[in-house]
Amino acid sequence: MSDIAVSIENVSKYYRLGTIGNRTLYQDLNRWWARMRGQPDPLLKIGEAERSRGGQDGLWALDDVSLEIRQGDVLGIIGHNGAGKSTLLKILSRVTGPTTGQIRVQGRIASLLEVGTGFHPDLTGRENIYLNGAILGMTKAEIRRKFDEIVAFADVEKFIDTPVKRYSSGMYVRLAFAVAAHLDPEILVVDEVLAVGDLAFQEKCIGKMGEVSREGRTVLFVSHNLQSIWSLCPKSIWMDKGKLREIGNSADVIARYREASSTRHQVSLEGVKRGGSGRIQIRGISFETGDGNKADSFASGDAMVVSLEYEAKNDVDLSQVEAYLHISNEMNMRLFTLANVFSGDALRHLDLRGRFECRVDQLPLVPGDYDITVSIRLGPEVADKFNYPVRLTVTEGAFLPGHQAMSRSWGDMLVKHRWTSRPVT
Amino acid sequence: MTEGRDGHSWTMVIRPRRKWLDLRLGDLWAYRDLIMLFVWRDFVSQYKQTILGPLWYVIQPILTTITFTVIFGRLAGLPTDGIPDFLFYMAGTVVWSYFSACLTKTSNTFTGNAAIFGKVYFPRLAVPVSILFSNLFSFAIQFALFLAVLFWFWIRGAGVAPNVWILTIPLLLVIMAGLGLAAGIIISSLTTRYRDLQFLVAFGAQLLMYATPVIYPLSALPEQYRWIMVLNPMTSIVEAFRFVCLGSGSFDFLHLAYSAAVMVVALLLGAMLFNRVEQTFMDTV
Repeated sequence: MSDIAVSIENVSKYYRLGTIGNRTLYQDLNRWWARMRGQPDPLLKIGEAERSRGGQDGLWALDDVSLEIRQGDVLGIIGHNGAGKSTLLKILSRVTGPTTGQIRVQGRIASLLEVGTGFHPDLTGRENIYLNGAILGMTKAEIRRKFDEIVAFADVEKFIDTPVKRYSSGMYVRLAFAVAAHLDPEILVVDEVLAVGDLAFQEKCIGKMGEVSREGRTVLFVSHNLQSIWSLCPKSIWMDKGKLREIGNSADVIARYREASSTRHQVSLEGVKRGGSGRIQIRGISFETGDGNKADSFASGDAMVVSLEYEAKNDVDLSQVEAYLHISNEMNMRLFTLANVFSGDALRHLDLRGRFECRVDQLPLVPGDYDITVSIRLGPEVADKFNYPVRLTVTEGAFLPGHQAMSRSWGDMLVKHRWTSRPVT
Repeated sequence: MTEGRDGHSWTMVIRPRRKWLDLRLGDLWAYRDLIMLFVWRDFVSQYKQTILGPLWYVIQPILTTITFTVIFGRLAGLPTDGIPDFLFYMAGTVVWSYFSACLTKTSNTFTGNAAIFGKVYFPRLAVPVSILFSNLFSFAIQFALFLAVLFWFWIRGAGVAPNVWILTIPLLLVIMAGLGLAAGIIISSLTTRYRDLQFLVAFGAQLLMYATPVIYPLSALPEQYRWIMVLNPMTSIVEAFRFVCLGSGSFDFLHLAYSAAVMVVALLLGAMLFNRVEQTFMDTV
C-alpha cells in the first residue's frame, strides 16, 4: 500500500464557450435532419464550420495537470483568477468531470466549495445540521454522534430550534462551517470558504483545519489569502493558465508568485481598462522612501511617498484636481483613503504632464500586503479610475516603540497611543 | 473499491466519462439517509409557512373531485360505469395526482438544483428518488380520505365495494412511481440542453391525463379503439385502481405486465441518460 492519497494524471478540462445554453430542440432536430441528408449544418454561419472543428471556440481551464499528493500533505493552491484552481477542485469534488485524464483517490474525500450548501431557510438550526450533514455525505448516525460538538463549535446553542432565516449572517456562516468542519474525511478539499465570518471565527476555522492536518489527514486548500496559505500549508502549488507552474514549500512558492504577480518600483499602466472621462490619466505609479529613493517595500512607521505620473488634456482646469489613493487589505477591505481634499492641499501650478505625490510620514500598517487603487476627480467628474491594484508590502518596523511583534491578528492598522497609570484618589 | 492496473486499490477513480451502464446504484444506497432527509425536508418546509398546513393534502383532491364532478359528470354527462360520479372522479384524481406529481416534480431535477449540484457531490438520483417518497406521503393521506368517502357511500348502500385485489395497490404504486420517475428524469436530463421542454411538462401532464381514462372509463370507448388507449401504460393502472376499489373498470394482467415492461425499459433508458448528463451538466448551465 503506497501512501499516495490523490493521484492526478494528465487531467485536462475543456469548456466550450458561447453557444451553450441557447440551443433549442428545433435547432438540434434541424441539424440532425441536415446531417441525415449529408448537408452541412444549416445553422452555422459561413466559416464557422472550420472553426468549430479546430476547437477555437473553447478554453482549456486545466491543461494536462499531473500531481501526486501524499497522505497527510496539507497543500495550498494559489494562482490568479481563472488559473484553474476552482476547476481542479470541482473535478476532485466530482461536481464536474474532466475532459481527459484521470484522478485516483485513496480514502473518503469531502469537499467544501461553499458553506451552507442546501441550507433551507425555513428549517431550524437543528434540522439544517442533519440536512447539510447528509448532503456533505455523513450518515444520520454520524451526525447524531457529533451533533453537540457541532452546536458548541458554532456557538448557537440558544438558537438551535429557531429557523435559520432568523439567524444573523454571522451565525448562519458559523453553523454552516461547523457542520462541514466535523466531516472527518480522510481528504478534505477546501475552497476560499474562510473568507467569511468575523475575524475570531476565521481563526477558529484555521485552527480547526490545522487540527485536521495534524491528525494526519490530507488537506487541499485554495485561497487568495496568501497569509493563511502560508500559515496553514507547508507545501503549495501555483497554478497559472490551467497549468501547474510550480510546486514546493509554501514560502518559496508564495515568494515567487508574489514576485511574478506584482511589478514593484514602478508600475506601468499601459493597456489597463479604465473608467472615467479620461481628461486626466495616470500613466504610472511608483513608491519612494522619505529621502527620495525608489523602494518596493516599507517598514511599519517608515515615511512613504506614492508618486503618480499623470497626463492631462488641454482643456482641463487643473486647479480642481482631486487625487485619491485607496488602501485595502488582502481581504479586500478598504482601510483608509488618502486624498488631497482630506489633507486640505490644493494641487497648484500643474503642467499638462507631471506628478502628484502623496507623502505619509509614518506608515500605520502592520506587516503584510496591501493593495492601493487610484482615482482622480475633477470636482464632481470622475476623470480616471481603474481597478488595477498596486501591491504595497509592509515589513516589521518601529511605528510603535513597544517590543511586541505586530501581526495581522492585532488588526491591520496601528494608532499612536500612550498608557499611563495613576492611583485612585 | 476499484483495482488499478498496478494492483493498488483505490477508493475512487475519476474518469472523463463513465460507461452508459455504470449507474452506481450502490452510491445511491449509501446515501439513503440523505434521501430520507430530503423527503422529510420537503414535507416540513412545504407546509411550515401555510396556515392550513398538511390540511392542503386533503383540500386539493376534494376540490379537484368536486370540479370534475360538476363539469364532467353533471354538465358534460360523461359515463362513469354506473359508479356514483363523485367516487369515480375521486378515484381517478387520487391515483392520477400521484403519477402527475412524480412526473412534474422530478422533471426539473437538474435545473432546479443547479445551485447545490454545483457545489457538492452526492448521487444526483437521490433527488428524484426522494420526490417519489415525498409524494407517497401525500398519496397515503389522499388514499385514506378516499377510503373514508368510499366507506360512507358503502354505508349508504351505493353498491360499491373494494375487493381482495386491493392488496395489489402497492404493485400499482411501484409501476406508477417507476413510470413517473422514468419520464421525469428523461425530461430533466433533456432540459439541460433543451430549455423548451420545461414549458411542455406542466401542460403535457395535463394533456396526458385526458389521454388516460381518468375522467371517463375505458369502457366508454368503442371496442376497436381501446387498444390505442392501452398503449398508454397509465391506462391499465388507473383502470386497475378503480377495479380494486370500486369494482368497476378492468383488471387485466396482460395490460399491467405491459405497463411494467414499459416502466423497466423507460427507467433503464432514463437512468442511463441521467447518468450521462449528471457528469457534465454543470458545464452547461
